[in-house]
Amino acid sequence: MINRNPQLNENGVLQHLLTTEGLPVSVLLQILDTAESFVGVTERDVKKIPLLRGKSIFNLFFESSTRTRTTFEIAAKRLSADVINLNVAVSAQTKGETLLDTVDNLSAMNADMFVVRHMQSGAAHLIANHVQSDIHVINAGDGRHAHPTQALLDMFTIRRYKRDFHNLRVAIIGDILHSRVARSQIHALTTLGVPEVRVIAPKTLLPRMVERLGVHIYHDMAKGLKNIDVLMMLRLQKERMQTANLPSFEEYFKYYGLTPEKLSLARPDAIVMHPGPMNRGVEIDSGVADGKQSVILPQVKFGIAVRMAVMSILAGNQA
Amino acid sequence: MKIHIKNGRLVDPKNAVDTVQDVFIAAGKVVAIGTAPGDFHANRVIDANSLVVCPGFVDLSVRLREPGLEYKATLESEMNAAVAGGVTSFACPPDTDPPLDEPGLVEMLKHRAKNLNQANVYPIGALTQGLQGKRLTEMAELNDAGCVVFGQPDGLLPDLRVLMQAMNYAATFNFSVWLRPQEINLTNHGVAHDGEVATRLGLPTVPVCAETIALSNIILLAQETGVRVHICRVSSAEGIMMISAAKQQGLPITCDVTINHIHLSEMDIGFFDSNCHMMPPLRSANDREALRKGLFDGVIDAICSDHAPVDEDAKLLPFGQSEMGAMGVELLLPLTLKWGMEMNLPMIEILAKITYEPAQILGVAAGHLSVGSAADLCIFDPEYYWQVTPSAILSQGKNTPFLGMELPGGIRYTLVNGHVVYGKSV
Amino acid sequence: MNSIQLPDAEELFKHLVTEIQPDIIKGFTLVGIRTGGVWLAERLHREFEFSQPMGMLDVSFYRDDFDKIGLHSRVKRSEIPFSVDDAHILLVDDVLQTGRTIRAAINELFDYGRPASISLIVLVDRGGRELPIAAQYVGATLELPAGKKLELRRSSDDKLSLSLNDKTLTV
Repeated sequence: MINRNPQLNENGVLQHLLTTEGLPVSVLLQILDTAESFVGVTERDVKKIPLLRGKSIFNLFFESSTRTRTTFEIAAKRLSADVINLNVAVSAQTKGETLLDTVDNLSAMNADMFVVRHMQSGAAHLIANHVQSDIHVINAGDGRHAHPTQALLDMFTIRRYKRDFHNLRVAIIGDILHSRVARSQIHALTTLGVPEVRVIAPKTLLPRMVERLGVHIYHDMAKGLKNIDVLMMLRLQKERMQTANLPSFEEYFKYYGLTPEKLSLARPDAIVMHPGPMNRGVEIDSGVADGKQSVILPQVKFGIAVRMAVMSILAGNQA
Repeated sequence: MKIHIKNGRLVDPKNAVDTVQDVFIAAGKVVAIGTAPGDFHANRVIDANSLVVCPGFVDLSVRLREPGLEYKATLESEMNAAVAGGVTSFACPPDTDPPLDEPGLVEMLKHRAKNLNQANVYPIGALTQGLQGKRLTEMAELNDAGCVVFGQPDGLLPDLRVLMQAMNYAATFNFSVWLRPQEINLTNHGVAHDGEVATRLGLPTVPVCAETIALSNIILLAQETGVRVHICRVSSAEGIMMISAAKQQGLPITCDVTINHIHLSEMDIGFFDSNCHMMPPLRSANDREALRKGLFDGVIDAICSDHAPVDEDAKLLPFGQSEMGAMGVELLLPLTLKWGMEMNLPMIEILAKITYEPAQILGVAAGHLSVGSAADLCIFDPEYYWQVTPSAILSQGKNTPFLGMELPGGIRYTLVNGHVVYGKSV
Repeated sequence: MNSIQLPDAEELFKHLVTEIQPDIIKGFTLVGIRTGGVWLAERLHREFEFSQPMGMLDVSFYRDDFDKIGLHSRVKRSEIPFSVDDAHILLVDDVLQTGRTIRAAINELFDYGRPASISLIVLVDRGGRELPIAAQYVGATLELPAGKKLELRRSSDDKLSLSLNDKTLTV
């Protein structure tokens, strides 16, 4: 069986964006550079450009997420595409229609692009392998696997504030085990040449052999944050108490929550990022979230430009 | 019907035979080997020149999907597939719908299978009612109906008290108990080995300790109850060490491994290939090496296909939602040969793993070609390579990670009770 | 094959300056189209000592051949550091042929605001129009073989030159 990552075609041209893993540096940089131009567009009076006029983009969300869906919707609309939002979590799937049935039906409505979110790892790959070659798929989060546009907007933000990836120490803090964001961040950071990526978490929130992804493991914030330039916080989900990964929010916050005191252990010019939505008082203290080292709101703004860049690059790449 | 198989290379592990010898069959039995009996006049002569003639294969796990799951496969399709794979006897696990926990169901299955006049079907009786792990089945009644052994399917070990009682009860009648070691609480919703690939792909995992902890319980209970235990589908290096130690202690324990696990590892999942979704999960490359070596050393007694035909729709789902299992009854010989050739083993030792050894485990008089034994045999071309494609597979399930691969071993004829049930001209 | 004699870009530029000179009034704003148009606009900006900063357009997002060739891999930001509303804009490009680039540039300018007027300056008009667009100031009108691409180049010492190349499918 051919087991090629379907996001690149035989000539190495990006057809789908499914994961940051295995993406060449040139493609990552092309996306970041193109996003720079789109930041210019989003700062104008008229924030819309006609690039994707006549294209139909389907937001196919099998797992509800108003925030992520909205940023993709805004990005698509600013590119003048027609956007169709489908919250499949509550419609077809419960009636016994399979994932690929749904995709086939929408493809028949002349979809040009699918933005897919699904609770199962690999769902976006499955769809990308299934659709006709002229349809592009963007993974907006699949299970614990990948969330490439989030990681790309994080890279964009880091480049904005730190310019160069080659002299940075980056720490990813929190629930790495269940996080698609963390996995995508790790691949993007290591590909872009960040020399030291650390993960900081209790053992119950780290996947086995995570060091094979090219990261250093820390269980102690005081040690892990030393000399860090960029702190990437992860959202902690409530069900981690029920699944016996953690005893309580309180204990987690005490040992792994980012407070101004803990932040002071990192470099003085370190920036703090969070993919949102934040749990204040659980993984991050308000004093940090709203503090001067926080770049959480710029992340949101850059998220739109990055998604515009991904959509326009994909739409322009023919099979 | 009298059949004369001439010029073939007869390989019979039980009798330590590997020479060119003719085989003579009459009234469903092997009547002579080497020279024809005085009054023998063959109705049919099969020229087996440059082919191997061996006992029909014995597969310890073939799912027919009957009763209840006929949309995945039917008795007819899978019986055809079995003989096309040279398999003349096989055990079928009780994980049907309803499970094989009542004599009536077992009798019906045996009866339907018998009518097809193909391979011998040996249903594995359910160890507990409805496979629920709560109450014992009527094992003696089930045995009368045709169940030779009793087991629980994938990852559904009863709690330890029920398991001990079931083993004790089975020991009363000298039935052997077949168990797949997997601790359910450590399995949770896991779909892949707890290693590098699952970490990369973000798949929920089944740690090795789910196997070793269950194994430890099973071994200790085997010691306690004295029942004969067959460990189904060992998957880890640690598991093999434990089984090896138990065997050295002299416990009546045997074990098998699947054709998938001796060739594949977690790496083969690639980008979520749902054909690699199976239980136990494909483990690390180290584990695979240990399985290959364990088989070579004899710690692992037999190879089975763990045949599980799955309909296409059930595989065309995200990895974690796809149905587990791989078809394989037609790949039993090719993948066993491939393993044996890679290990530089003589043909006689390779074939032992799918003939006499599994027949012993199953406790049936099969897997050898002695004068007087049933003429269940297989004639194959060891030099023939074929490509695994959906159209080359007779099973209704086309789900295998080996699709597209070239494998050795072309079955030419399969005979059951002296009848040619499968024949393919070159 | 005879090579075509191309005029000297620096001469053309001088000619262009003399042509524009009489019409220059205060309040004009220069906008160059990347990449050649920006070089020319920079020279004109110095030549006429405009007080307003000049603008730069990358029309990649407004091109009408996106479906055929996709997005240019080196898209740069458009920068218009002044209010377009009511501005008199001198739009500068190196080569005018089909008019499609100019159409894209005008569309983009209108997404920044409503200019009072737009005039077009080009170094070379090589004909072959596909849209009703005309330049007000032209360095030279040339007739060139259709299969060739005329490109403006800039040396390290800021000297401009023209070259004629085979069309390649660079995206």
